[in-house]
Amino acid sequence: MLQEKHRTEIDEILSRYPVKRSALLPLLYLAQREAGYISEEAMREIAGLLRLTPPQVYETATFYTMLNLKPVGKFHLQVCKSLMCALVGSDTLIGWLEKKLGIKVGETSKDGLFTLSKVECLGACGTGPMMQINDDYYERLTEEKVDRILADLKRDGASALKTGPFMWPEPNGAKQ
Amino acid sequence: MPKHEIILLKNMMEPGYTGSLKDYEKAGGYQALQKVLGKVAPADVTTMVIKSGLRGRGGAGVATGGEWTFLPKDYQGPKYLCCNADESEPGTFKDRQLMERDPHQVLEGIALACYAIGAETAYIYIRGEFVLGSRILDKAVAEARAAGYLGKNVLGSGATIQIHVHRGAGAYNFGEETALLESQEGKRGQPRGKPPFPATSGLYGKPTVINNVETLANLPHIVNRGPEWFASIGSPPKSAGTRIFCVSGHVKRPGNYEIPMGTTLRELIFEQAGGMRSDKPLKAIIPGGASAAFLTPNHLDVKLDFESVAQAGSMLGSGGVTVMEEGTDMVWAALRLMEFFHHESCGKCSPCREGSSWLVQTLRRILAKRGRMEDLETLVQLCNNIAGRTVCAFGDAEVAPILSTLKYWRPEYEALIREAEAHRAHELPMAAMRH
Ligand SMILES: Cc1cc2nc3c(=O)[nH]c(=O)nc-3n(C[C@H](O)[C@H](O)[C@H](O)COP(=O)(O)O)c2cc1C
Ligand code: SF4
Ligand code: FES
Repeated sequence: MLQEKHRTEIDEILSRYPVKRSALLPLLYLAQREAGYISEEAMREIAGLLRLTPPQVYETATFYTMLNLKPVGKFHLQVCKSLMCALVGSDTLIGWLEKKLGIKVGETSKDGLFTLSKVECLGACGTGPMMQINDDYYERLTEEKVDRILADLKRDGASALKTGPFMWPEPNGAKQ
Repeated sequence: MPKHEIILLKNMMEPGYTGSLKDYEKAGGYQALQKVLGKVAPADVTTMVIKSGLRGRGGAGVATGGEWTFLPKDYQGPKYLCCNADESEPGTFKDRQLMERDPHQVLEGIALACYAIGAETAYIYIRGEFVLGSRILDKAVAEARAAGYLGKNVLGSGATIQIHVHRGAGAYNFGEETALLESQEGKRGQPRGKPPFPATSGLYGKPTVINNVETLANLPHIVNRGPEWFASIGSPPKSAGTRIFCVSGHVKRPGNYEIPMGTTLRELIFEQAGGMRSDKPLKAIIPGGASAAFLTPNHLDVKLDFESVAQAGSMLGSGGVTVMEEGTDMVWAALRLMEFFHHESCGKCSPCREGSSWLVQTLRRILAKRGRMEDLETLVQLCNNIAGRTVCAFGDAEVAPILSTLKYWRPEYEALIREAEAHRAHELPMAAMRH
């Protein structure tokens, strides 16, 4: 139950909005953070919290592509396939990932570690090809970088190759 | 060093600048807020913004100060400011940099706008994928609140200004202002019919102003240095100020470049972004994000201001400039963009929902060399039946890539279809035998 574990956070979320329903996305995110996806049970609980009907919650939850209504792998790799990334090789990147993970787009590896998805523009078009893995962006990807990222994730659960606060070109480059 | 003055990206270009409150204050941050809060009447702040000539950086280019004056006068209830940080137009990645590298510049802009329009609460609607950005903003809001720049009785002026960060959850058209409001209210992000306009009935049915991140980030500078100063930059009176252009595609140095409006596409692409990445010549340019019509090398001397780009048959839009080299298949490029629009259509109106699906299918057929000459007419007809017939401007946006590639590169479409026809002429007898 979300309420028992996250009472303070839920109260803080509710306090931001004059109308309860506005807290729906933040609460769905909370549920997703908790279980990796949003279960029907969580949706029912959130409906109760916001005095909505479960279908109202369901109708909203199904509209948003970032909300997972089914479990996904521990690392969800989402590769941008929109035009600007495609111009600089996102299709090739998807090919490498399929080969390296031994799965096709839309599948999860047998060990449950990796899910591979193709998505539309993630707002990183000048630094493609790129992908998002869970909360982090990985940009200007090369085959070698991808190898390191996958190895890092397997070994440590995290990779230092993720992008920090974004700026491109980097300050020194811009000053040339 | 570039010769022109850099305004919005200046702080973050300094070595060691972290975007913390301390760094921002050291760079002169929050002085604009101190200058006006409780000292200058809110209406006079609006007048300043009107005089500066600032126009929206989110896509439509509406006069910012003028838009604020549409709020009902003497309204007693709550009003809202929404900072549009959805940044989901393919080709655009500037707001992300503004928020992650200099978040307080954005917050100060929001606070100034709140003061001018009399809103006590502002929401930053940030696209869900920008997790890092939303964390950085959350932290910055907490810092600013602790320092008295936000919260109740800001800087002793009696004004209350609260800022909350609200994360979206994926899809392009939440950037459309009324879809953003629906989404913020916890509903499916589908645009509302207008009127009523958000200025009178926006978030929770209350008067609401929606402004883009970059638009708001300009405000502290306008207040600090005066509207006349701002109005003298770029190509005034209609395109005052700088803009951050996001250059992507086949250039040597893709990235964000802040230049005065009125600079030519040639200078942006060949000087700022270093020119083409290889020896292949330039073939096509999208000057203002995925919804802007494609342009050709003949347009390199077009000035990057609202009017000039419109005159060239496209739009300045969101500032995303995509460069394509010779060898790029234009039918493929149009299809990639169309797939995006089809995927992101919210499904509310049938011309957009069904039309985008037909367009994708027709383009796929042509690209797979199974098209017919009639398909080209079908494409144009479909486009004409979408544009101008939908609830939101998404409908106009989605037809631009197809219509403009057909205009400039029609022979590429025709060549694919002729191949298909040659193929069919070959196959027909076989097909007849099978029956
Ligand atoms: C389909 C569609 C998507 C849009 N996406 C964005 C966006 O991601 N960010 C943005 O600031 N404005 C976007 N806009 C423009 C907004 O509707 C609105 O004009 C803008 O936020 C107003 O702010 P401004 O005047 O400061 O530009 C979009 C418009 C449409 C029709
Ligand atoms: S034009 Fe498309 S995106 Fe806009 S409301 Fe209609 S269906 Fe939705
Ligand atoms: S096109 Fe890939 S991030 Fe924008």
